Amino acid sequence: MKIPFSYIFRNLWTRKLTTILTAAGMGLVVFVFSAVLMLDAGLKKTMVGTGSLDNVLAIRTGSETEIQSGITRDQAGLLGAMPQVARSKSGDPMVSKESLVLISLTKSGQEKGSNVVARGVSPMGITLRPQVKLIEGRMFRPGSSELVVGRNINREFNGAEIGQSLRFAQRDWVIVGVFDGGGSAFDSEIWGDVEQLMQAFRRLNYSSVIMQLAQQDSFESLLKEIAAEVRLTLDVKREQIFYEDQSRALSTFISILGNVLTVIFSIGAIIGAAITMYSSVAMRTAEIGTLRALGFRRPSILVAFLGESLLLGLVGGLAGLFFASFLQAITISTLNFQSFSQLAFSFTLTPKIVVQTLVFSMFMGFVGGFLPAMRAARMKIVDSLRAA
Amino acid sequence: MGNTLVEIKNLVKTYTRGDQEVPVLRDITLSIDRGDFISLMGPSGSGKSTLLNLIAGIDKPTAGILRIDGEDISRLSEGQLADWRASNIGFIFQFYNLMPVLTAYENVELPLLLTNLSKAERKERIEMTLNMVGLSDRMDHYPNELSGGQQQRVAIARAIVTDPTILVCDEPTGDLDKQSASDVLGMLKQLNQELGKTIIMVTHDVHAAEAAKRIVHLEKGELLGEVTSP
Ligand SMILES: Nc1ncnc2c1ncn2[C@@H]1O[C@H](COP(=O)(O)OP(=O)(O)OP(=O)(O)O)[C@@H](O)[C@H]1O
Ligand SMILES: [Mg+2]
Repeated sequence: MKIPFSYIFRNLWTRKLTTILTAAGMGLVVFVFSAVLMLDAGLKKTMVGTGSLDNVLAIRTGSETEIQSGITRDQAGLLGAMPQVARSKSGDPMVSKESLVLISLTKSGQEKGSNVVARGVSPMGITLRPQVKLIEGRMFRPGSSELVVGRNINREFNGAEIGQSLRFAQRDWVIVGVFDGGGSAFDSEIWGDVEQLMQAFRRLNYSSVIMQLAQQDSFESLLKEIAAEVRLTLDVKREQIFYEDQSRALSTFISILGNVLTVIFSIGAIIGAAITMYSSVAMRTAEIGTLRALGFRRPSILVAFLGESLLLGLVGGLAGLFFASFLQAITISTLNFQSFSQLAFSFTLTPKIVVQTLVFSMFMGFVGGFLPAMRAARMKIVDSLRAA
Repeated sequence: MGNTLVEIKNLVKTYTRGDQEVPVLRDITLSIDRGDFISLMGPSGSGKSTLLNLIAGIDKPTAGILRIDGEDISRLSEGQLADWRASNIGFIFQFYNLMPVLTAYENVELPLLLTNLSKAERKERIEMTLNMVGLSDRMDHYPNELSGGQQQRVAIARAIVTDPTILVCDEPTGDLDKQSASDVLGMLKQLNQELGKTIIMVTHDVHAAEAAKRIVHLEKGELLGEVTSP
């Protein structure tokens, strides 16, 4: 590039107000753009963190979610006996038979109830989720009407403190502990003893069975074995994939909403950038003519004005990202309509989002600046010099 | 004549405005020697700037011959012409045409960015040239921090820093007070006499024209007579 960067930079700097206003417009779009990506990234992180690669989850064929599924005791027993399933030191299969029910709790400051997942787990269920850690109180005792609650439940809902009890299924359930699910969807769940929950809700079947693989790569052979067993009409997925799939609809919804907003807003920002750059070209017509007379060629002029516009986009992008980064402090709690239950996740800024956002903002600068830069580059020298 | 630098024969320039053809230069024949200092005079609209622009290679003739240093510049491509200007022509404008966001130093550096000179070599040249026009103490000033006369001196420095063969000046004193104007003219004379620069200057001002060795009159796109001073 022949025209010095300082020329490009200082031309933006001398028009501070116009530059700031134009960059602010772009920054706003970038804010929305990155906020949506951060929301989606937060959701994915939560869902992916919920599942472990070693674990395999089985539900009844055709049911999308654990809630809709049913697995009989016989089927669960067959699964536990599979050779691919890991065994504990004492020789027990590393399997958790689980039952999910939705209960309605009220959030602090709200009147209407929200659906919350109550998950009955086998004693092994806790071992199978190493990311889940008790942070307060103690674990529920097997065979009792005790519960532990995820930290989001503890924080957001009424009556979810240790020592308080929740009434559902004609029983009082005492909360004895709070656990941290490491940012996973478990943070928005309540856990208790699977047999107690099934008794109270008069259920005969489990919802799902979680198994740990003895070897990560034995997944395929487990699939084959299950398919060959006529009594097992089950869908089997790696736990991580299962939870990722669970958030797909919500993730798609967020992306579509975000893209629509971004496209609408960005048209405005691009027009803003184009107007700014057109006026910049118009004000500097004689300068352009002078540069050309001195021997700078058309492409140099094009690059200088495009560079100015790209820089404008970059400034807007950095500003938008800066403000968007504060969103990370916010946790969103919303309904995952695929599982009909509450799910809490945070805006998450990843390096990939930073790059995507800056590329996007410079793209806006490029599109907005292209026609003005072309106009600058195409002017005839004598005509632009006469504009002085 | 081996000493002819600019050779113009039957030069015609016509602008088209809509369907209308506007003849601006009708049939110009003129030759300018190496080391000459020539003034182009004439009423407004007579085609002085147009002729100057053709010689400077920023506009193309409609017909006729235009050879500079033996080279037919009307046959150069646009890119070649840009390079040709960068190494052969120094421009001085009525309104200085400095880049307002660049300092005096950086303005003078601009044409050197089109050469292969290193940063250190550029620095040496720029400082020497700004010293020649008496502005060594104003190198870091922006144009709006300089008087009109000082700005025109920066522009002169920018025009000569690449050591071009020809200086083209369109009303170089048109925007200056008497004192600054005579400073600028003195400087042009000096460049002509001491460094042997060929100077072609368009001017309205008779006093300014007298700085030149030759004065050529244009009217309605045609050359009238010529006055040569000893
Ligand atoms: N790009 C153009 N398109 C159409 N007409 C033009 C163009 N450039 C110059 N002209 C016309 O050519 C004529 C001569 O213009 P030119 O600028 O050469 O005059 P000049 O002698 O320099 O006048 P002045 O003393 O006012 O600067 C004018 O009538 C002008 O309107
Ligand atoms: Mg003129």
